[in-house]
Amino acid sequence: MSATVPHLPPAQAQALAAAYDAATAKSRLRGLGVAVVIGALVLLAGWFAEVRPAALKNIGHFTDYLAKTIPTISAETPRADIVAWYWDLKTWARLLGETLLMAYLGTLLGAVGGFILCFLASANLVRSRTVLFVTRRYLEFCRTVPDIVFALIFVFAFGLGPIPGVLAIAIHTTGALGKLFAEVVENIDMKPVEGLAASGASWMQRVRFGVVPQVLSNFASYGLLRFEINVRGAGVLGFVGAGGIGQEFLTAIRNFYYTDVSAMLLMIIATVIIIDLATEHVRHRLLFGGQHP
Amino acid sequence: MTSHTTSVLDPRPVLAADMEGLRARHPDAFRTNGRGRLKAAAFVGAILAMAVFALWALDFNPQRMWAGLSRLGLFFSLLFPPDAHGRLPAFAQALGETLAIAFLGTLTAAVVAFPFAFLAAKNVIPNIFVHFSLRRVFDVSRSVDTLIWALMWINVVGLGPFAGALAIACADFGAFGKLFSEAIEATDRKASEGVTASGGSALHRVRFALVPQVLPVIASQVLYFFESNTRSATIIGIVGAGGIGAYLTELIRTLEMQQVSVIILMILATVAAIDFVSSRLRFAIIGRKAPTA
Repeated sequence: MSATVPHLPPAQAQALAAAYDAATAKSRLRGLGVAVVIGALVLLAGWFAEVRPAALKNIGHFTDYLAKTIPTISAETPRADIVAWYWDLKTWARLLGETLLMAYLGTLLGAVGGFILCFLASANLVRSRTVLFVTRRYLEFCRTVPDIVFALIFVFAFGLGPIPGVLAIAIHTTGALGKLFAEVVENIDMKPVEGLAASGASWMQRVRFGVVPQVLSNFASYGLLRFEINVRGAGVLGFVGAGGIGQEFLTAIRNFYYTDVSAMLLMIIATVIIIDLATEHVRHRLLFGGQHP
Repeated sequence: MTSHTTSVLDPRPVLAADMEGLRARHPDAFRTNGRGRLKAAAFVGAILAMAVFALWALDFNPQRMWAGLSRLGLFFSLLFPPDAHGRLPAFAQALGETLAIAFLGTLTAAVVAFPFAFLAAKNVIPNIFVHFSLRRVFDVSRSVDTLIWALMWINVVGLGPFAGALAIACADFGAFGKLFSEAIEATDRKASEGVTASGGSALHRVRFALVPQVLPVIASQVLYFFESNTRSATIIGIVGAGGIGAYLTELIRTLEMQQVSVIILMILATVAAIDFVSSRLRFAIIGRKAPTA
């Protein structure tokens, strides 16, 4: 691949360059404008967020911290060292399992809630502005308040443990999935629905036979995506006492049990990555029917 | 699509009278898909069985739920009427801090992830080792929750919003790296081939063939993440990393529910405003229709 492109005579090249400059001048100016606005916002935000780049000189703390979490595994007794590192594997595995179950149940309940509400939030199925408005605002409330805030409140009501965690995930998921589901429903082909309406189907029948078959695979895909997000989220719900591995993890961090932190963190990361890969695989199959796009 | 079920032209009584004839003439329309139904039933059964197991394992019981719900009702009644008790300026300042955290975190993550995404894209660096290892780095970075990153950064830069911004940057770095490199891999090859054919180097190819194609996609993804980060930045104060989360946690723990509802209303309003602005910007960047993926 050593073919060279012949150069244009200077006069012609100059004319071309000038035309290019003229053509891009406007977009360059706009780019500059955007850069100035972003720069100003960065300064403003930096002042608000008390950014002190000098504090980053403590980056040593970060690496020190990471270094301390690395367990000593000698070449002579690697097995025993790993067993000692994961000394409380039973508890951690149980808590991690609890975290997964919380994410599962929360996602399922939330998906059911989102499924029921999404049809009422779709402008192509519901004529009443009031119903649309109320449903949409409710979904917005559910997804804007973070799950950990719901968890904080529910811990008071239901006591410590996984129950407030599950309910918090379920409510937040209802909001997030309800919106996504409604967007899917609003993009469907209306012909089957009109056909059903023409043959006298009730609203429920139109939804059941006209809408649901079109949207189910997309719904399942979004549900799986949400499950993946919720597994990550459920890991930290324990910070406020709402079950799962978070509580144990926070204790380990706060009490500087360095190797426990790394042991649990590795378990969490591995679980999240495995779930990521598995759901991505299933999602691809759902959306593209087994073939890669 | 109003349903005229009681129209004079309602064909259903006539058709219903001749049900047997219909069955005989259109056997296909009345055929039941036995195997498909069995598969669907087994699938739903498995999901429900898992849910029942989760309910049992997570110790859900009706009495506790009932007691919790009644206490929850009490808390909700305490939310009204919203009353800031004169702390509105403090809340507003904390909310500004939250926005600053989200903005700086998202921007930093995007700026840092941008070059790495090119390195991780198969069509830029066709080296499977680089591709694989960078993807795993992205996976680890995004499978650690923002709150956990915040706990780590507090060790380095101390309590405050700066740690929060860094935490969001770390968590989003992985997500952006993955999304950006997927966008780069999905680009049209023709532009790159054109640049190569007219004698451009690898860097020219990136600058003139890839960047113009991916920039709108990337910009819209960054805006979308900014929206969702304003939500997650509201809770980062739970571990002491700045923003309104600190007030929210403290007020929920002391059951100052009237102030809690003021904060929630403020968050709702802010997030709605950000959503509005950023979705307008996203539409403007990417064209009329929002991507559904």
